[in-house]
Amino acid sequence: MTIFSPRSLTEALQVLDEHPTARLLAGGTDTMVEINFRHFEPTDIISLRHVQELQVFETLSAGYRLGSAIPYKQFENGSFSHVSGALSEASRTVGSPQIRATGTIGGNLGTCSPAGDTLPVLSALDAQIELSSVKGIRMLSIHDFMLGVKRNARVSNEIITAIHIPKINGFQGYAKVGVRNAMVISIASACLIHNTDKSHISLALGAVGPTIIRCRTAEKWLTENADLSTSTALTTKVIEEFGRLAASEALPITDHRSTAEYRKHAVGVLAQRLLKRAMK
Amino acid sequence: MYSLRVNGTQQHVKDAWIGESLLYVLRERLGFMGSKGACEQGECGSCTVLINNDAVCSCLVMAASAIDTDIITVEGLAPAESPNDIQQAFVTEGAVQCGFCTPGLIVAVHHLLETNSSPTEIEVKEALSGNICRCTGYGRIFSAVQLVISQREKSIS
Repeated sequence: MTIFSPRSLTEALQVLDEHPTARLLAGGTDTMVEINFRHFEPTDIISLRHVQELQVFETLSAGYRLGSAIPYKQFENGSFSHVSGALSEASRTVGSPQIRATGTIGGNLGTCSPAGDTLPVLSALDAQIELSSVKGIRMLSIHDFMLGVKRNARVSNEIITAIHIPKINGFQGYAKVGVRNAMVISIASACLIHNTDKSHISLALGAVGPTIIRCRTAEKWLTENADLSTSTALTTKVIEEFGRLAASEALPITDHRSTAEYRKHAVGVLAQRLLKRAMK
Repeated sequence: MYSLRVNGTQQHVKDAWIGESLLYVLRERLGFMGSKGACEQGECGSCTVLINNDAVCSCLVMAASAIDTDIITVEGLAPAESPNDIQQAFVTEGAVQCGFCTPGLIVAVHHLLETNSSPTEIEVKEALSGNICRCTGYGRIFSAVQLVISQREKSIS
């Protein structure tokens, strides 16, 4: 096996094209656990640590372009914590400070676990994923990118180079249930974004399905039954029905972390709490 | 073969398997036994080192990917037999029982105080949330951190 440490994106894409079965190594916080426990025997590795282009952050006319190798800590309280309140909150719940200094947002997408903390945020924001290969760049909606449990639409000669997110006026929140405050993989999570310019609320759920679930039914019901042009408080009845609809869209399983029944209940509660925080 | 810059010195890593973690290479190939290995999945923090001034779990860093970075281990914080103020405060406050988590905690506290010289209690707790100690109950560890903060404030004024 060989490790490649390309110094530019062009070089990285070239090496990947020649070694399409290579594992792309970003922060390594997922891959190294697999290797340490002998669940994965690497053949070729392409380390993205020294590819500066993947660390670049850009402000665009309607939003931001986030380089895929930016670590969580930069979104938590570092240089880019202003881009999205929900992304900040979600980043803060990832592992420990050590993990947040190492793990990257692009790595979260690459692993594509249903419990990936930033993924509900990217879903609720309708993020666009930028995939590059030697042939060029293609943009893919986050909803088309995430395919299932640890499965995504990246093909073997592509690198996730950036994530494009819009700038949103209005409340953004992320909430998560785990067994304690630090160092937990979520049992259930939710992200709610209130776009006051579009009078729309979007809601995405994590860890309650094979991949992130976008609650289109709850969103549509809320648009038809509440005035979302301002942040005026909603009636208890509306909040409860929104939570009930969100829970009904969840497709959880029972595993070593929790039961399907509890997860369904928990995401309903999280949806209600986030809606209350958004509208007060 | 590749080489790593550990505590300011270039170290050649020979005969290593590419998938080895930085923790394994530091301990088994280069003889830096300060960083401890326990969970090997980033849960416990006992292997904490600094890479380019970030506190990270060395068990989750592929060693061969850390070429051209500045790696500082607990050995790099103070010479042997002459503890720095953080290490001394751990001794003074009795923040060490079995001692297995201590090197990781020393590095994490060092990193915290380098980035924030007067952290609040909650900031200390959050900064050390990735370091597990099963003996002390953390009370004496937090006391040691407070001791360092107050000593450093005094020495400035």
